[in-house]
Amino acid sequence: MTDMLQVEGLNVSFPSRDGPVRVVRDVTFTLGRERLGIVGESGSGKSQTGRAILGLTPASATVTADKLSFDGIDLRHASAKTWRSLRGPRMSMIMQDPKYSLNPVMTVGRQIVEAYRRRGDATRTDARNRAVAMLEAVQIRDPERVFEAYPHELSGGMGQRAMIAMMLIAEPDLLIADEVTSALDVTVQLDVLRILDGLVRDRGMGLIFISHDLRLVSSFCDRVLVMYAGRVVEEIAARDLHSAQHPYTQGLLNCLPQIDGDSGPLQTLTRDPAWLA
Amino acid sequence: MSALIEVRDLAVTFGSRQSQVQAVQNVSFDVQQGESFGLVGESGSGKSTVLRAICGLAPTSAGTIKIDGKLLASPRDPAFYAQVQMVFQDPYGSIHPRHTIDRVLSEPLAIHGFKNAEDRIEKALNDVGLGGGFRFRFPHQLSGGQRQRVAIARALILEPQILLLDEPTSALDASIQAEVLNLLDALRIEKGLTYLLVSHDLAVVAHMCERLLVMQHGTRVEELTRTALQGRDATQKYTQQLLVASEGFKAP
Repeated sequence: MTDMLQVEGLNVSFPSRDGPVRVVRDVTFTLGRERLGIVGESGSGKSQTGRAILGLTPASATVTADKLSFDGIDLRHASAKTWRSLRGPRMSMIMQDPKYSLNPVMTVGRQIVEAYRRRGDATRTDARNRAVAMLEAVQIRDPERVFEAYPHELSGGMGQRAMIAMMLIAEPDLLIADEVTSALDVTVQLDVLRILDGLVRDRGMGLIFISHDLRLVSSFCDRVLVMYAGRVVEEIAARDLHSAQHPYTQGLLNCLPQIDGDSGPLQTLTRDPAWLA
Repeated sequence: MSALIEVRDLAVTFGSRQSQVQAVQNVSFDVQQGESFGLVGESGSGKSTVLRAICGLAPTSAGTIKIDGKLLASPRDPAFYAQVQMVFQDPYGSIHPRHTIDRVLSEPLAIHGFKNAEDRIEKALNDVGLGGGFRFRFPHQLSGGQRQRVAIARALILEPQILLLDEPTSALDASIQAEVLNLLDALRIEKGLTYLLVSHDLAVVAHMCERLLVMQHGTRVEELTRTALQGRDATQKYTQQLLVASEGFKAP
């Protein structure tokens, strides 16, 4: 089986007054039809890695890679036309913040229908029915109302689910989910994960699941990349996470409070400059 | 002994007669002096609204709130705010972006007419582990964890007895969350504070609080002790669901 996505030596840097800031450094990984988790603190470059794969890095930044290919297509020199045919129907990304990622002057329903009709020649009624069904699938209680609603009329969790519905309706081959469940309640979180899980299992979708929640990632993904300051410090199978080698990974695991833990002070993370070497 | 915070049959209603939203209905609980009490629930369960109602930021439509056995005056008087302070969820939104930390911290002191502002600001910053070097910085020069420390310092500077903590760590990274929770724990022991902590994260509440109240749709579900929670000893279905969900994803 060939890997759907191949990334080798990916670098992203932003210009600043003190010279370029390297936010992603030499990231290398491949993705098949599986669930890959990327974990790290804020500022560790996990979101920028996801964005670089989709070609969504801001114009001011420089992206270089030794290899960046999706399904045999070289993404480094892809034309605007190629990107248009890829983004949406083939690969897409669920963004972190529904407040900024949804169009504020379009109803949620129209945005979802637009995403669906771009991939084929669905009729208007057909698309509408699919959209409502999709909203229902992401556990929205009153899909008809949400369909007609504008983003500001929805709560954060609802907006997030509408975003998820929009990205899933096009049934992409590769989905990058950037902190999708962070704004959701634990019970809804599991519903959303179940939907994503179903898509990977039944349709063979490839999923990159970006999150800061190590515990969630370890229970959901097959493989985990741990990032620190733009670098992948450890790659590990999710089920072996508890026996992680790198002190950073161990630190991230140990600083989480646990229901069964004692009430003594939590372990805090000590950062070692040598991790960057 | 009577409780320090006593909430009885609290109800909060928003909106006009045509479209009313019952954000909180019939919620009662007691918090003892020196205790840490947790409110848990999903978004929209009314847990933050309870805190806001205690602070006078949300209208109470029924029920009573007593602190130290006394009914609260409405609007709240300055003496109330010297006794009860709140720390908000989002350190990016709760601190004035164009005021220095010094100014943020001197404002409560000026309102309450404290004379020794200089010493108190120094002390408050030291208490939260920031030190005087941060005093003349602006919020954008601080990280999220440092900002939340400033918010805690602002609440502590009046030396209150009670801290109302509204999701104090949900906007922070896990590693920073551990630091802030440790700080809150240490301060409680050091200063004998009473905490009322709101969180959606059962693990955080289990770590911080001796007792907790689970809420859903604005009503109480059940009250549990930490030991009962750790023994998975929940009687209500909703609490059991929360407990299962907090263990992470299980493939069907």
